[in-house]
Amino acid sequence: MSVLVYADNSEGKFKKSALEVVSYGKALANQLNTDLTVITINATEPEQLQKYGANKILFVKDDSFIFNAKIYAGIITEAAFTSNTNIIIIDSSTNGKYLAPLLAAKFNAGYVSNVVSAPSNLTPFTVKRKTFSNKAFSNTVITADSKVIGLAKNAFEVKEDPTTAEVEEFSPVLLSTSVKSESIEKASGKIAIADADIVVSGGRGLKGPENFKMIEELADVLGAATACSKPVSDMGWRPHGEHVGQTGKPVAANLYIAIAISGAIQHLAGVNASKTKVVINTDPEAPFFKAADYGIVGDAFEVVPQLIEKLKAFKVENA
Amino acid sequence: MKILVCISHVPDTTSKINFTSDSTEFDTNGVQFVINPYDEFALTRAIWFQEKQGATVTVVNVGDASTEPTLRKALAIGADEAIRIDAKPTDGFYVAQQIAEVYRNGEYDLILTGKESIDYNGGMVPGLLASFLDIDYINACIGLEIEGNAVSASREIDGGTEKLSATLPIVIAGQKGLVEEKDLKIPNMRGIMMARKKPLNVVPAIECITTTQITNFEKNAEKSACKMVDADNLDELINLLHNEAKVI
Ligand SMILES: Cc1cc2nc3c(=O)[nH]c(=O)nc-3n(C[C@H](O)[C@H](O)[C@H](O)COP(=O)(O)OP(=O)(O)OC[C@H]3O[C@@H](n4cnc5c(N)ncnc54)[C@H](O)[C@@H]3O)c2cc1C
Ligand SMILES: Nc1ncnc2c1ncn2[C@@H]1O[C@H](COP(=O)(O)O)[C@@H](O)[C@H]1O
Repeated sequence: MSVLVYADNSEGKFKKSALEVVSYGKALANQLNTDLTVITINATEPEQLQKYGANKILFVKDDSFIFNAKIYAGIITEAAFTSNTNIIIIDSSTNGKYLAPLLAAKFNAGYVSNVVSAPSNLTPFTVKRKTFSNKAFSNTVITADSKVIGLAKNAFEVKEDPTTAEVEEFSPVLLSTSVKSESIEKASGKIAIADADIVVSGGRGLKGPENFKMIEELADVLGAATACSKPVSDMGWRPHGEHVGQTGKPVAANLYIAIAISGAIQHLAGVNASKTKVVINTDPEAPFFKAADYGIVGDAFEVVPQLIEKLKAFKVENA
Repeated sequence: MKILVCISHVPDTTSKINFTSDSTEFDTNGVQFVINPYDEFALTRAIWFQEKQGATVTVVNVGDASTEPTLRKALAIGADEAIRIDAKPTDGFYVAQQIAEVYRNGEYDLILTGKESIDYNGGMVPGLLASFLDIDYINACIGLEIEGNAVSASREIDGGTEKLSATLPIVIAGQKGLVEEKDLKIPNMRGIMMARKKPLNVVPAIECITTTQITNFEKNAEKSACKMVDADNLDELINLLHNEAKVI
């Protein structure tokens, strides 16, 4: 019984979350004393995954493919059958979350999403996951024989473990579905919140859409994605896609900078999975300070422009 | 068009999350329950189809009697009837099998759900449901139009949106964008009065399997105190982020 990982890619390249799931799969394969098989679809260099411990790499190559959940789930299912696996690991990207339950249904598998660490126990098979919108964790036993694990973003360290893998082209049967992609619109040149290591976020305290220029500038200097609190997107100051929090996008970045955001419980629930949080707020009593690692009591209109200049200088020095 | 909307009954977003003393169960003491926020978007969209296109809307929940006020609220918002499957929603696998049975008995054309419940955050019921019923599925839906049998939908992708076409029957898991925040329906007095007379049918659960079991909950570790940096000393902040947190 090997472990199977689905390694997603973006325009052919593996993202960090793909390397995280492969590293997780390897750790689990070691724990179970078995091999790691990875399936990937239209990655330009599938053999790169050898570096992270894949023993076998199945790759599907067909340039006509656009992501389709049913078809991709069919491919991964077939790969699981041919590699005789009963554990599948998948990431928590929008596509990963779309695919995972479809895989679980095929195998009558127990699916656990938002998993944050390797199993604490193999019999019974127990994993720890985030629950209650990041307000707590639960230890969950997968009682079914087959298992699908959705790994939370930024929860498991990427680890190199070079091996020599068999790299094999895989030609699966494609399922039919009425769901067809008509068009894709990507915000060009911008870093997606889901992919970002650093997220700079602005709140209602910024008083108007024009003042988000400095948020964008700060994000530029840091190579960060921009985000906002819910009222900011509700008022139309920023696009909906930037709203983060319990009912918006989840943020699990290395660094989250909250500017003029009070730190309401719903906002915190969506961002507190981030490793380091910095808060800039005029009000020393703002609840966000209780959830932050570093805080500055100050006026964003003074602090942010200075911070941009200082970071530019820092970057020059450290280049 | 017959629409089935899946309603999860969850703690209000402001709730403090506590567990029973042995940490095996969520402590519902003093907790207000509401319609799962994502399901509210789905329900409001369903009511739009009812008002504009003559659809009928059934809401369904898997839960014990304590979820009935939540179903009544959905009726007050405008659903035509409610079904409560009388069982503890043990895990997503179990819930999806129960709802699949309701679908099979009801000749529905469309199932609308939220993309995730904000309590257990499984994100699995809609996908499992579609698979069990062998019908199509669109997740993270932020726009939905239906004409006859033809579905046009948009879904959120990482860093953008994708427009999709499909045909009924289908499971659609939605979020904000399905309708706008300001268009969410709030029950009015008339709706509340009418809801009392609408059918809320309680049906027994079918025998089915579960695949997971929660052993215990843990609260988040206490955070160490926030380090305050003077607004005039931003070099110190950069230093801390670089050398201590190692994030820049
Ligand atoms: C069901 C439900 C779901 C929700 N989901 C979410 C969610 O997912 N995400 C979310 O963000 N919210 C959510 N909310 C809303 C949430 O409760 C808060 O209302 C919201 O987060 C507040 O946004 P804010 O911090 O930007 O604004 P405010 O609370 O108005 O805070 C503004 C802050 O800016 C500070 N400030 C003012 N001027 C300056 C200045 N010049 N410099 C620096 N600081 C300044 C103020 O001191 C204040 O702390 C939800 C609410 C409900 C009811
Ligand atoms: N007990 C339940 N009864 C009815 N619908 C549910 C239930 N649990 C989850 N759902 C639906 O499935 C969606 C996803 O839930 P989950 O898979 O639990 O994250 C929710 O937004 C609801 O629409």
